[in-house]
Amino acid sequence: MVEVREVSKQYGNKSVVDNVSVKIEKGKITSFIGPNGAGKSTLLSMVSRLITKDTGEILIDNEEVGQCKSNDLAKKISILKQSNHINIRLTIKELVCFGRFPYSQGNLSEEDWKHVNEAITYMELEDIQDKYLDQLSGGQRQRAYIAMVIAQNTEYILLDEPLNNLDMKHSVQIMKVLRRLVDELGKTIIIVIHDINFASCYSDYIVALKDGKVVKEGPTDEIINSSILKDIYDMDIKIENINENKICVYFS
Amino acid sequence: MKHNAKIGALAAFSVLLIAIFLFIKVGNNWDYVLPRRGLKVLAIVITGSAIAFSTVVFQTITNNRILTPSIMGLDSLYMLIQTFVIFIFGSTNLTVANKNINFVICVGLMVLFSGVLYKVLFKREGQNIYFLLLMGLILGTLFQSLSTFMQVLIDPNEFQIVQDKMFASFNNVNTDLLLIAIIAILGIAIYFSRFIKYLDVLSLGRDQAINLGVDYDYVVKRLLIVIAIFVSISTALVGPITFLGLLVVNVAHEFLKTYQHKYLIFGSVFISIIALVGGQLIVERVFTFSTTLSVIINFIGGVYFIYLLLRERKSW
Amino acid sequence: MKKRYLFIALIILSIASVFVGVKDITPLDIFNLSEDQAEILLTSRVPRLISIIVAGISLSISGLIMQQLTRNKFVSPTTAGTMDSAKLGILVSLMVFTSASPLEKMLVAFVFALLGTFVFMKILEKIKFKDTIFIPLVGLMFGNIINSITTFFAYKYDLIQNISAWLQGDFSMIIKGRYELIFISIPIVIIAYLFANKFTVAGMGEEFSINLGLNYKRVVNIGLVIVAMVSAVVILTVGVIPFLGLVVPNIVTIYQGDNLKKNLPHTALLGAVFVLFCDILGRVIIYPYEIPIGLMVGAIGSGIFAYLLMRRRAHEA
Repeated sequence: MVEVREVSKQYGNKSVVDNVSVKIEKGKITSFIGPNGAGKSTLLSMVSRLITKDTGEILIDNEEVGQCKSNDLAKKISILKQSNHINIRLTIKELVCFGRFPYSQGNLSEEDWKHVNEAITYMELEDIQDKYLDQLSGGQRQRAYIAMVIAQNTEYILLDEPLNNLDMKHSVQIMKVLRRLVDELGKTIIIVIHDINFASCYSDYIVALKDGKVVKEGPTDEIINSSILKDIYDMDIKIENINENKICVYFS
Repeated sequence: MKHNAKIGALAAFSVLLIAIFLFIKVGNNWDYVLPRRGLKVLAIVITGSAIAFSTVVFQTITNNRILTPSIMGLDSLYMLIQTFVIFIFGSTNLTVANKNINFVICVGLMVLFSGVLYKVLFKREGQNIYFLLLMGLILGTLFQSLSTFMQVLIDPNEFQIVQDKMFASFNNVNTDLLLIAIIAILGIAIYFSRFIKYLDVLSLGRDQAINLGVDYDYVVKRLLIVIAIFVSISTALVGPITFLGLLVVNVAHEFLKTYQHKYLIFGSVFISIIALVGGQLIVERVFTFSTTLSVIINFIGGVYFIYLLLRERKSW
Repeated sequence: MKKRYLFIALIILSIASVFVGVKDITPLDIFNLSEDQAEILLTSRVPRLISIIVAGISLSISGLIMQQLTRNKFVSPTTAGTMDSAKLGILVSLMVFTSASPLEKMLVAFVFALLGTFVFMKILEKIKFKDTIFIPLVGLMFGNIINSITTFFAYKYDLIQNISAWLQGDFSMIIKGRYELIFISIPIVIIAYLFANKFTVAGMGEEFSINLGLNYKRVVNIGLVIVAMVSAVVILTVGVIPFLGLVVPNIVTIYQGDNLKKNLPHTALLGAVFVLFCDILGRVIIYPYEIPIGLMVGAIGSGIFAYLLMRRRAHEA
């Protein structure tokens, strides 16, 4: 379980995350939603130790993130940021191999290779595994990064806007993969996501942030509700039930 | 493996050049010529390797192939110290004993300077490494102004000596200094060896490195210190060759086309040795000392670098 | 700070400048000057004052233009290789025409400065990573490279001490008959003033300017020509004055905001005041010797530059 206790982060005088407490359960997809500048990405980055928190505690399986050895954490939790700008030229396979670094420190064992190949197969990248990342389309590249995270084989997977810049087809593809990772492999996934309908259709639990504070959290069913969404986004959002999914209509 | 073959070829070529350098036109003076040339080669190998190595690591940390630690202001600081010494004490005072002191003071001050820069940089969260470099460069410009000021006041004969210091030279490397430098560099290299495995991961960028379990700040700080010491030692030993690192590392990248540091480091080191020994050969045998090696290397390195910058489709 | 105060400061400092020097001339003497004193005033003190003011104004303005064109606060003739290219140009003119007249030297220096700045702009286009700090870093490195080329040739022709002596910014060498070249800067600064708004628009980018019906390429080229010309002229008459074009416009922006047309007169005035101040300081500190202006501005300027950088970081964080 990931437990965030009274965590705050300031940049200059501006509170980006303000006294946030959240519990994230295992074996579920939890979505962080909210308007721009709500502090979602900052919170995610703090959970994954990419940036330090000013105050508060973040516990992963009852251990404080700041106290853990970085290498041990890397076997437990992985993070994928939205801007994956890598300066060196890598093939998909080479990228996925990096996912084994916490275990192998660079010298891949047979066990490591097994994980790498499984991850590539899982993401259906076998045919293009020797292609360079800069030759891929946006969707393929995102799948390659997710394959790397799968090879890293962590219990917790954090993704910062994984659907950014993807078209509908690829977005759905990625979300289905995430769903399968939870349902088949028992992973725990936390995502920051902008499209409320993807959050509604694919996540189990939703945490809504606004101005650095948690305004609402609960099972998806509870949060996808006109009056609650109005609190979060300051706009009227109608909810329709289509094929057992709650779809938010906010276009007019 | 094709990378191994390429590295092998580079190594063989370096050895060949060194052999030529040692034995060309030896004549009957083996006892006299060989030790002297041997010392020269040793100085070249030590500084060449130190510079190539620190540039590779530095570019990995900064995730940028157009930067080099030599521009951090250390060269200018070295020149300032040298000019200052001659300005105050005059050139006559530069005896051998003083040379050792000079070396130690130079290395000390340069390491101290980088230490202060790092301190300022890491005091606040979120400072980036470009900031550090720019600060170094600005201070370097200031040092340069100061040295120029003193150089103008120095009389032309003394200036000749300052000018000799301005350009790296392998000709009169002192044996004692060479020994100190070798011990220091080897010692640090051994200390450093445990960080080598992180380099590949570091080249993915900070976020990915942390994600993969590298204690980023800890590792990067230590690497930066190692770099500062290497650059300081090699500069104090032979003088500044600002663009050597940039030249050889980029050639290594073009030649090897790999991201793996076990190849990149060895490739750069060998290319560096080839450039320096080959260059020295050309300077001695073709130009017959009418110019210095470091001036040529900076010239070629600089032009090549501008070419790299202007070439299309590169992501820096 | 009002324009008025800057103006008053300029007048006071100008008067001070005329009366500071090894040879005593007090303001009271002005009405009954001895021949000696008149001579000094006319051949040395006044030319010095004029060249200080013109150099201060024109370098600050060209810095401002470069910052507008590149949309980067930290680009200036010092941080874009312009100065270093001009230096290379002077060396080349010395090598090619052994006894080049000042005008010839200036033309060659101008061509090189223009080329260098142009290459820098090309490099900027190629760099995807347009970090505010990264760009001046590349520019300074580019300058260092040009310098290494200069050194290469200077070493061959044994001109190194010559070049460094000669290109260190120094007003003490200014006397009547050797500084008049600097007047070329005056019409150039006026042209800069007329084009000011266009530079701002051009700085927004090629597509943006074309959308507004501006001939982008031409405006950028005019800007570069102005900058290169000013750099060549100043470097030939006075020498290198580092960071001036960077520091002055930035200080103006701090108290004045970002409106170019409004900032131009302030930048010009402050540039003149700043150089005058540094010059007088340099003459007083180790009296009767003097610290050359290049070193004074270099020291003070790099301090301010470092402060500006720190300040920027603090703002962003």
